[in-house]
Amino acid sequence: MNVLLAVAIGVVVAVGVYLFLSRDLARMLLGFMLFSTATNLLLLLVGRIGPITPALIEEPATTLAESAANSLPQALILTAIVIGFGMTAFTLILALVAYRRFQTLDADALNVAESIDPPVLSNDEKGTRS
Amino acid sequence: MDTRLIIVAPLLLPLLTAALCALLWQRPRLQRWISVASAFLLLATSVVLLRQTSSGKILASQMGHWPAPFGISIVIDTFSAIMLAITGVMAIAVTVYSLGPGRARRDHAGFHPMLHALLLGVCGSFMTGDIFNLYVWFEVMIIASFGLLVLDRTAQQIDGGIRYVMLNLIGTTFFLIAVGLLYGLTGTLNLADLARMTPHVEQRGLLATAGVLLLVSFGAKAAVFPVFNWLPASYHTASMPVAAIFAALLTKVGVYAILRVYTLLFAHDTSFFGPLFAFLAISTMVVGVLGAAAHYDIRKILSFHIISQIGYMLVGVALMTPLAIAGSILYIVHHIIVKANLFLVAGAIHTRSGSYWLARLGGLWRTAPLLGILFLIPALSLAGMPPLSGFWGKFAVIRASLEVNAYWLAGAALVVSLLTLFSMIKIWNEAFWKAQPVEPAPRPTTRVQQAATYAPIVVLAAITLTIGLHTEPFARISLAAAHQLLDRDGYIAAVLHSGNDQAGHSPDSSAVARLIEEDPTQ
Repeated sequence: MNVLLAVAIGVVVAVGVYLFLSRDLARMLLGFMLFSTATNLLLLLVGRIGPITPALIEEPATTLAESAANSLPQALILTAIVIGFGMTAFTLILALVAYRRFQTLDADALNVAESIDPPVLSNDEKGTRS
Repeated sequence: MDTRLIIVAPLLLPLLTAALCALLWQRPRLQRWISVASAFLLLATSVVLLRQTSSGKILASQMGHWPAPFGISIVIDTFSAIMLAITGVMAIAVTVYSLGPGRARRDHAGFHPMLHALLLGVCGSFMTGDIFNLYVWFEVMIIASFGLLVLDRTAQQIDGGIRYVMLNLIGTTFFLIAVGLLYGLTGTLNLADLARMTPHVEQRGLLATAGVLLLVSFGAKAAVFPVFNWLPASYHTASMPVAAIFAALLTKVGVYAILRVYTLLFAHDTSFFGPLFAFLAISTMVVGVLGAAAHYDIRKILSFHIISQIGYMLVGVALMTPLAIAGSILYIVHHIIVKANLFLVAGAIHTRSGSYWLARLGGLWRTAPLLGILFLIPALSLAGMPPLSGFWGKFAVIRASLEVNAYWLAGAALVVSLLTLFSMIKIWNEAFWKAQPVEPAPRPTTRVQQAATYAPIVVLAAITLTIGLHTEPFARISLAAAHQLLDRDGYIAAVLHSGNDQAGHSPDSSAVARLIEEDPTQ
C-alpha cells in the first residue's frame, strides 16, 4: 500500500511539474494544483498507512488505542487544502484579470513589467515616457 | 500585565487591526488612524518583549495550554524579539508614509487591512516554535503580499504579480513537502522537539533531502541565488509604501527562517550545509550587485540590491560561529532600515519629478538638497561607508570570515561593497547631480502629505546614524542573540519545559512532560 501510494505521488508530481513548465498560465495553474495535491498525499503517507482503527477514543479509555490511525497528518492536510484552495482561487482570479487585460495567457507574451530602461533618453522619448 | 498576553500581543494587534480596518472599508480616515495607532502599539509591545528577553531568557507559551510538543508553541528569544521590534519600526514608517500622496487610491483598494495581515504573517513567522505553524504564517504573509502587490491593478502590477505568485506558490509547496518529510522522520513538528531528534535520525539521506527542500523554499522567500528571479520581476511594480515594506520584511522572513531552522535542526551537519551556504552567499551577493549595475530604474536598482545584501546575511549560517551569526543579525537590522528608507526616498523622488527612470531625472541636488542628504545617508550606509550602520554589519561579517580563513567570502563581500557603492553613486550622479534633462512633472502635494513622506525618511536615517555612531548596544544584543541561537539545548529546555509552569491549568501537562522525558525517540 505504501509503495503504491509512493509511486502514485511520484506520478502526480511528475504530471504537475510537466504542466507547470508550460508557458500557458492555465496549464501552469493546473500543474500547481496537482503538485499541491501530491504534497497532501505525501503528508498522508508520512503519517504511516496501515490496517488500523479510526482515531476515536472509546468511552472507558482516556487515550487513543495503540492501533488507532494517526490523526495529525489529516489535520495538517486539512489545513494545507484550505490554504491551497485560497491560493488557487487568488491565482485563478489573477490569471482571469491578466487575460482580460492582455488577451493572452502565454507567459512569453506577458512582459509589460520587463521593460528595459536604457541609460539615456532618446530624442522622441523626451516628452512621452515617465 | 500578564506575560502570556504580552507574548501574543504581536499577533493579536495586527489581526484585530486587519479585521477592524476591513470592517471600516468605507471609512478610510478612521482606518488610517487605527492603522498608525496599531503600528505604534506593535512597536511598544515588541520593545517590552525585547527588554524581557535581553537578559537571555527565552519566553515560551503554549497555545490552548496543550503542552509542547503537542500544542503550538510561541517562542520568543532575543533574535525573535529583535526582529519583532524592527517590524514595529517598519510598521510605523510605512503606515505614516502611506498617508502621503496616492493614499486615496491605496486606501480604496484596501491597503491597511492587507498591510496588517502581512504584519500578522511576519510577526507570526518570527514567533512560532512549530514548523508547520511557520508554514501557515508564511502563507498568511504571502497571500497578503499578493493582494498588496497588485493594489493599483496596473498592467505592470498584474504582469509582475503573476511571476511573483507562481514562483512563491511553488516555493511554499516545497516547504510543505519538507515539513512532511521531517514529520515522517521524527514524528514531531515542534522546532525544539525536532532539534532534539534530528541528531539521532538514522536516515541521514532523507534528513538532508528535507534540509535541501527547506533551503529551496526559504531561499525562494529570501531571494537567494538561483531562486531570486521573482523579486526583480515584481518589486518595482508595487506602489512605494508596499515596495518599502516588502523590501524591508519579506525577504528577511526567509533569512530569519534559514537562521532559525539551520541553527536548530542542521547545526550538527555543517560539513554539508556550511560550504553550500558559503557558495550561495557569494553567488547571491555577486549576481544581485551585477543586476543592479545594469539597470537605470531606481526601483530595479534597489530591488537587485536586496538580493545582493541577502548574501551577507547568509554568511552567518555558512560559518556558524557566534561572531558570524551576530554579524548576520546586525546586518539584517541595518539592512531592513536602510533598504526601506531607500525605497521611501525613491518614492519621494518620484513625487517630486514624476519618474523613477534615471535618464529622466536630474538636478535634484539643486531643487531638493534635503532629499539629497536623506538619500546619501542610507545609500552610503548600504555600501558600507563608516561610520554608518552598514559599515559595522559588513565589518562583523568580514571579520568573522577572516577568523576562520574564509578568504573567498571576505573578498567577495569587499568587492561587492565596492560595486554597491558604484550603483549608489550612479543614482546620485544621475538623479541629483546631472542637469535636469526634461521638465519634471511633480505630483501636487499638501503640506501634511509632505510631512508624512519626509518624517519616516528622517527618522529611519536617524536610526541608521545611531546604529553607526553608537554601535555598542546593537552589537552586544546581536552577539547575545547569536550565542542564544547556537545554544540549542537552552532553546529545547525553554520550550519543552515551559508546559510545567502552567501545570495548574492543564492537569495532564506534567504527565505528558514526563512521557517525553522517558521516551526521547518516540
